[in-house]
Amino acid sequence: MKPFWALSRAILRGFVRDRTSVFFAVVFPLMFLVLFGGLFSDQSVGKVDMIVVGDASLVDDLPADARDDFDDTFHVVRSDDLDDALDQVRKGDADVAVEQQGDTLVAHYSQTDPAKAGIVAGTLRALVDGTNIALTGQQPTYDLRVESVEDDSLSTIQYYTPGLLGWAVAMSAAFGAAATLQGWRQSKLLRRLQLAPVSTRSVVGARVSVTVSIALVQMAIFIGVGGIFFGLTLTGAWWMAIPLLVVGTLCFMAIGLLAGAITKTQEGAVNAANFLVLPMAFLSGSFFALDDAPQWLQTFSELLPLKHLNDGMLDVMVRGEPWTAALVPMAILAAFALVVTLVAARLFRWDTA
Amino acid sequence: MTAAIEVTDLTMTYGDLRAVDGVTLTVEEGEFVGILGPNGAGKTTLLETIEGLRRPDSGTATVLGLPAWPRNPRLLPRIGVQLQASSFFERLTAREQIHTFAALYGVAAGRADEWLERVGLVEKADARVEDLSGGQAQRLSIACALVHDPELVFLDEPTAALDPQARRNLWDLLTDINESGRTVVLTTHYMDEAEILADRVAVMDHGRILVHATPAALIRRLDAPTRITLADDEVITTREPAAELARLAEAGRLDGVRVQTGTLEDVFLDLTGREYRA
Repeated sequence: MKPFWALSRAILRGFVRDRTSVFFAVVFPLMFLVLFGGLFSDQSVGKVDMIVVGDASLVDDLPADARDDFDDTFHVVRSDDLDDALDQVRKGDADVAVEQQGDTLVAHYSQTDPAKAGIVAGTLRALVDGTNIALTGQQPTYDLRVESVEDDSLSTIQYYTPGLLGWAVAMSAAFGAAATLQGWRQSKLLRRLQLAPVSTRSVVGARVSVTVSIALVQMAIFIGVGGIFFGLTLTGAWWMAIPLLVVGTLCFMAIGLLAGAITKTQEGAVNAANFLVLPMAFLSGSFFALDDAPQWLQTFSELLPLKHLNDGMLDVMVRGEPWTAALVPMAILAAFALVVTLVAARLFRWDTA
Repeated sequence: MTAAIEVTDLTMTYGDLRAVDGVTLTVEEGEFVGILGPNGAGKTTLLETIEGLRRPDSGTATVLGLPAWPRNPRLLPRIGVQLQASSFFERLTAREQIHTFAALYGVAAGRADEWLERVGLVEKADARVEDLSGGQAQRLSIACALVHDPELVFLDEPTAALDPQARRNLWDLLTDINESGRTVVLTTHYMDEAEILADRVAVMDHGRILVHATPAALIRRLDAPTRITLADDEVITTREPAAELARLAEAGRLDGVRVQTGTLEDVFLDLTGREYRA
């Protein structure tokens, strides 16, 4: 056990003293969290700017309770000029322009901000449906409250914390493994360790333990910052994110090993890891939801391990899914880790030459 | 008494290149052997194969009575290795570095500190390895190789890129180590180093060992004339230096005289030629 602890301590010290690594593992992803959490949370609680063009009886004659909900969601401006109103929506000065053509309520909105577009479409549909039912004179069997549109979709911080955490862990695990493999190979430290009475198990175990510990610290920081500053609320089985994150770490260490095995320099290894992880983060919903992406892209994203890590984390951390929801992503990530490690092992060389 | 190293007909090939070509070599226990050769002669490959890092294409290497390949965890604690590069854990201090290596061999931290003192790095103990000078890094690397008190020590060009003072200090250290009964094998391309330190020298080129003998025997074998340089820069080349010097003494011209016999460098150039190597 002594060699294991000595190696773990050495690797951990090497990491903590490397400001660039610490920055990219912790500070950089956290900047995104603060950025997204801060920027977009204002928008989602802010009202939707609506221009009502001409007379729109449907909007004007709302019953009192619906009126309150409506006023909570929309900030209404009147106008008589449809072209001018459309222009404002196009420029982003207003979020939606509404006109009534006979019995049809026409909403002109921009897809620039998918969150607001969703609120607009959902709220107005509920409004129209509600009015239709009210006109039949019957008590509605089902009730739909206007705010339900907002509650149904995850608030910004709820969505971004798991995704950005997944990206952060993927990045530090892949970079750590790639840089260690290349650096140790170049300094011949790998060879030197081969000539010391240490088992491969101790060496690999030490590197994995350090990376997993770093991942768990990343998780603690993310949940802490999200909870304290942005109102992140974790749901029931959030603790399942811990084993999920551990398996995810192994998977991305394997990807880092592969990057380290196919490259010849430390810079090359880190670049290769970046090349694999950064596009994957975009395509796996770390930075934005893929719900509006084309179908082929969504299908493709299913092939990416980070997508499964993110989905699993979302499920258990904020969507309130039971702990079993993490099992399938864990199995997929483990399979990925195994296959990629085997490939990396085949390509592995002891020396750079 | 068994030999510390027995290499028989060892061959290592990289593609078309025969890096080590049928080498046979015996190193006795307690001996100090220098492997000399120009760059690319195959010294490092030979050393790494004997250490057990590489599987021989053919032939055998036996170290302390045990086969070098495959990796044998019982053999490893008995050998100490300094590789050509400075193989350190990144961003650790000198002390943390040697403590880590000590722990890998199950050696107490106190012994590691003694080694820091022995190689004169106490003042630099808290400096990170990246901030050490070439000589300091080299000494730390050697201390890390010796921290577990091995019977057999391999050093691959330990004095490369050192200034003259650092080289002398290192020579003293290596002589101490050898005199305390350890077998030392080092590669170098400094002739004076091999001449001063090594009991026997193996000159290697193109993957082969050309000669393996004591430095004195090699120089004798060269049979080079003696050059006597007088104070007025007159040079006398002779095969009978004793008689020549007696004649000069009678003439009262011994002041400022320099006498040069053949050197290991002459032997080396005689054996390996003078063309440039990559």
